[in-house]
Amino acid sequence: MVNQSNKVLNTNITKLVNQDYQYGFSTTIEKDIIEKGLSEKTIHLISQKKKETEFLLNFRLKAFKKWKQMAQPEWAYLKFPEINFQNISYYSAPKTQKKLKDLNEVDPELLKTFEKLGISLTEQKRLANVAIDAVFDSVSVVTTFQEELIKYGVIFSSISEAIKEYPDMIEKYLGSVVPIGDNYFSALNSAVFTDGSFCYIPKDTVCPLDLSTYFRINDQQSGQFERTLIISEKNSQVNYLEGCTAPQYDTNQLHAAIVELIALENANIKYSTVQNWYSGNEFGKGGVYNFVTKRGLCSGDNSKISWTQVETGSAITWKYPSCLLVGDKSQGEFYSVALTNNYQQADTGTKMIHIGKDTKSRIISKGISAGHSKNSYRGLVNVTNKALGSRNYSQCDSLLIGDLSNANTFPFISVQNSTTKIEHEASTSKIGEEQIFYFLQRGICLEKAVELMISGFCREIFTELPLEFAAEADKLLTLKLEGSVG
Amino acid sequence: MNSPLLEIKELEVSINENVILKGLDLIVKKGEIHAIMGPNGSGKSTFSKVLAGHPAYSILNGKILFKGTSLLDLEPEERSHLGIFLAFQYPIEIPGVSNEDFLRLAYNSKQKFYNKPEVDPIEFFTIINEKLKLVNMSPSFLSRNLNEGFSGGEKKRNEILQMILLDSELSILDETDSGLDIDALRIISNGINNFMNSEKSIILITHYQRLLDYINPTYVHVMQNGKIIKTGSADLAKELETKGYEWLEK
Repeated sequence: MVNQSNKVLNTNITKLVNQDYQYGFSTTIEKDIIEKGLSEKTIHLISQKKKETEFLLNFRLKAFKKWKQMAQPEWAYLKFPEINFQNISYYSAPKTQKKLKDLNEVDPELLKTFEKLGISLTEQKRLANVAIDAVFDSVSVVTTFQEELIKYGVIFSSISEAIKEYPDMIEKYLGSVVPIGDNYFSALNSAVFTDGSFCYIPKDTVCPLDLSTYFRINDQQSGQFERTLIISEKNSQVNYLEGCTAPQYDTNQLHAAIVELIALENANIKYSTVQNWYSGNEFGKGGVYNFVTKRGLCSGDNSKISWTQVETGSAITWKYPSCLLVGDKSQGEFYSVALTNNYQQADTGTKMIHIGKDTKSRIISKGISAGHSKNSYRGLVNVTNKALGSRNYSQCDSLLIGDLSNANTFPFISVQNSTTKIEHEASTSKIGEEQIFYFLQRGICLEKAVELMISGFCREIFTELPLEFAAEADKLLTLKLEGSVG
Repeated sequence: MNSPLLEIKELEVSINENVILKGLDLIVKKGEIHAIMGPNGSGKSTFSKVLAGHPAYSILNGKILFKGTSLLDLEPEERSHLGIFLAFQYPIEIPGVSNEDFLRLAYNSKQKFYNKPEVDPIEFFTIINEKLKLVNMSPSFLSRNLNEGFSGGEKKRNEILQMILLDSELSILDETDSGLDIDALRIISNGINNFMNSEKSIILITHYQRLLDYINPTYVHVMQNGKIIKTGSADLAKELETKGYEWLEK
């Protein structure tokens, strides 16, 4: 009885999920790309190309040394062939040399590319309330609204620019939240990172615009290793958004990023991501390997860091945006929707480390698995003996679509004092044939039915996203599932 | 002349190579209520799902005409728009979707199909409020998730509410009476009787005579082994209640 109906359901589901990836095009552009392979020589070369200081070169070399001594972590619930790190090019940049201040100087091909991605960088059309740093392969091509922001003392630039302009801050904060040797991929990133974004919000300032970075991998052979550093001074506030896409290739591209956030006393950072790297085709060929270390340090009292992520792309996702709650009464939040389809694999979650007194954290994770995909939540709530009066609330919900997908939850909780309160809830539900038939019988078409069920399931997360993103995320999930739900 | 609303001829249906319906014939005209009774496993629920177009079943032979058009090539949602409604035996729970959103979407899907204007949530609230009264449901049902945490009786009432809202021409009620206490049975029967008129037809699938105390069937059919083996008037149901089904076999 089960088999036949499953077959019907799965064909329908496949139809709906397998909507073409609309960002799969690539841009032909003259580029400056270095030879494949990774050695000390490569690092010298990158550092030289970027005209970096002694400090940075040493930072890189130290990281490379560490990395060579480390082994790729195997604890995640992910399966993929060994990555050949010598078969990747570690620097690829559009040939236009210096960082551009004037958009008219930007290669029209590049502008067109971003236009096509729905990110308008030109003066007339750009979003009025969002400043964008556009990163193409290894370098940042343009940052909008820089001059307007500096009037408020807000620094928003590519990290390469910051390394040159604000070396003191870089030396002080780079690697302070995610140490060089934190993990295998952070060591790799620290050795070879090429660009990314830098934000500094001064004391007593509410950043007047949302800041955003758009990452685009274009080249087939190169990896993208970017680094983002956000510093929010005492009593400041910032909203940061991140978007990612990549062309459709049948080989895998490596993306290993680091994001470090620092919130001082009373500061508030909200970091949102919509990740839509190419996820591979319906047979699991191609797609981006996404190994990301994101961590926020709530160093000041009453500070707050909130992560929101909508993860829909990548063949492999390995990512645990975390919070170190050091300041008393500091707060960490993690809101996540991870959707996997076809042969995608995601192992994602968060770490909340409670160190200060009366610290609070909140974790809401929603996993949606369709096709043959694997979707795991992995989380750690660690309350140390000093973190008296701390609280955590975690909720992990999984939604299965069809009968071939896989959902897992690995929550770890460690509490070392007796005045802490922890709550954990979890649920698993399923969009199966009978639910869908119920909608159809009432005259509601498949797409609408799935949209309604998915957006209902994700509602708590979408309300955390900035308005423009929320609508986009809703649409994105439905698109990703088109063809997948029968 | 009253031409048939539904005409089924020699219907044979299987699921996973098990033949469940083995040559079923049935004619339903406007204004008629047909009760289908029969032992467990005789094919009653299969029959209801096949009419609604459930994808798990294969039609091996026969035809189903609804208002003269063959249903076999139509998708479930098209059948719904044409006026076929199935009140499920076990209405499924849909977490995260509010009853109100669901009802409005269903209503608007039909409006759209007939090129009529879709209604906004405020207009819809007025419409649905009227219907709620007919099945004695409180408006608080609207904000709850669809069937989630509903009691057995509430789920069944919610089915009847949807039938009334979509104003279907042919309603198939699959054991709508099972699991209901006497009060709920009375409320639901009232709802059905008020809904019924000379333009509509109902197929009642039931195990028990007691529903037929409230709703008066035009015909009573006995289904066994995938076929209708006996047809009679309301009295047949009473006879079955005392004698069971065994005397009909052979």
